[in-house]
Amino acid sequence: MTKAQKTIGVLVPLALLLALVIWTFTWLIGYPPTVQAATTTPGEVNVTMQTVGTIGTGPHPEWVSYLIQQPDGSWTHSTVLQVPAHTKVHMTIQQYDTGSSLRNPLMNQVLGITDAANNGQPYGLWTDVIGHTFTIPELGISVPLPGIPDDSTNMCSVAPCAKSFDHNTVTFTFTTQGAGTYTWQCFVPCGVAYLAGFGGPMATLGYMNGILKVVA
Amino acid sequence: MARGGDENKKHLTRIALIWMVLAVILTPMVYFVWGPHMPPGNMADNAEGQRFDNTVLATVATPVVLFIWVYFGYALVNFRRTAGDDTDGPPIKGHARFQAVWVGLTTFIVLSLFVFGTYELVAPKGAGTGSGASPIWTPAGYTDDQAKSTLFQVQVIGQQWRWTFRYPQYSGVQTTELVIPTGVPIQFNVTSLDVIHSFWAYQLGVKADANPGVNNISFVTVSRTGNFDIRCDELCGPLHGAMFSTGKAVSMGDFNVWMAAQLDKYAKVIPLLPPYATTYLPQVDGGYYDPSQDPLPPDATLPSTPAAPAAASPSPSS
Repeated sequence: MTKAQKTIGVLVPLALLLALVIWTFTWLIGYPPTVQAATTTPGEVNVTMQTVGTIGTGPHPEWVSYLIQQPDGSWTHSTVLQVPAHTKVHMTIQQYDTGSSLRNPLMNQVLGITDAANNGQPYGLWTDVIGHTFTIPELGISVPLPGIPDDSTNMCSVAPCAKSFDHNTVTFTFTTQGAGTYTWQCFVPCGVAYLAGFGGPMATLGYMNGILKVVA
Repeated sequence: MARGGDENKKHLTRIALIWMVLAVILTPMVYFVWGPHMPPGNMADNAEGQRFDNTVLATVATPVVLFIWVYFGYALVNFRRTAGDDTDGPPIKGHARFQAVWVGLTTFIVLSLFVFGTYELVAPKGAGTGSGASPIWTPAGYTDDQAKSTLFQVQVIGQQWRWTFRYPQYSGVQTTELVIPTGVPIQFNVTSLDVIHSFWAYQLGVKADANPGVNNISFVTVSRTGNFDIRCDELCGPLHGAMFSTGKAVSMGDFNVWMAAQLDKYAKVIPLLPPYATTYLPQVDGGYYDPSQDPLPPDATLPSTPAAPAAASPSPSS
């Protein structure tokens, strides 16, 4: 074997290994993908998300999850949301999951947002059948999302869910402050079969906890 | 190259002199100059106590550390092998008196610090640590029966992944912010709804584990107004690092204004909260806290409005 062949024999595997490492690293830092909110009017953006009892696809088809709608109307399985700073964010969350009781009933309280409504009805107290919450503790934002009835006969089981399936539509608005990165999560212990109900999907980015990127 | 006894004495004398000069200069500086700036500050009685402890420990440690540094420095400079010197070093032999002094002195220092540390940990009302459900060292006004206690009560509830705070003397309202008054003894009742957390109010010098099914009591009296950091100090899951917030210490007047606003803000959700209890676990089925299950065990249930704190103005709920 010539010296050149030996060199190639070493360098090519090394290059392949390096490429694999870079690809893995890039995939890891880019997953789940960031979804940018759709700007409607200056200073305001719209965000539409949905929660589903079972995502129906991927490595954990039985896991509960959030999805975010892209500006073009398609759905992305992600919980990384990017919104501008000092902007009014109009949120719409389509809730396709059933409800259960909260571990801490305080989370029934709507906090840090305005114009909360469920199916067009202004917020009261959505007490006994909370499906999930959309909560950003650091920003003092929390919204309970009422669940659909347990005996619903028209439940969605594979995301993304069409509006023809039973669901509740929760709308609310909050205003972002300066740039920053904030974690958000659900406070209903809906990680069924996991420790304290907060393992599995509840502890996994892309399912029931996410990141809100507020950019200048 | 072997060294004679006189030469060794000369080296030891030099080392001792250098060490003494440095120790005489630096030890008081550690106590008087560095000490007042040591963590965790002086916002509360516990914090001041811990700062004093840190100052004492650092002061006692200073001469010891200096001796080691001086000895190593002196050895590096003076006991270097010279070029071409391949002879053995002096043989190592015992020195009973030196060993006795060394062991005796270090034993004395360590035991003294043990006694000092133990006293400081327990005597000042537990020094801000979680002291369990029935603390031994308590402030005046404490009773095991929270409903009769005149201390200002705050229940700290950990859950994955945030802290919430309940004020049993104010209609049992639960809030997402911790605001406490200055100048009154406060009893933190720390518990958890799920896994083990640890309530760490850094500037207050308070740290108490939040265990499910356990009421872990800690005391503090805050001496001045200001903000303090609240963190979870027990790895409790993937969002453990996000489990932090900022607490506020305010005057009693400002606290009452704030509390009135909270009672208004949470008016609708207060009736949904479970009866105030020192713990919310275990449930009748042995599982995690779930309000839809049967009521809490009767022996854990307390009146939703225990007596108002002694130094507080009449509470809005009274």
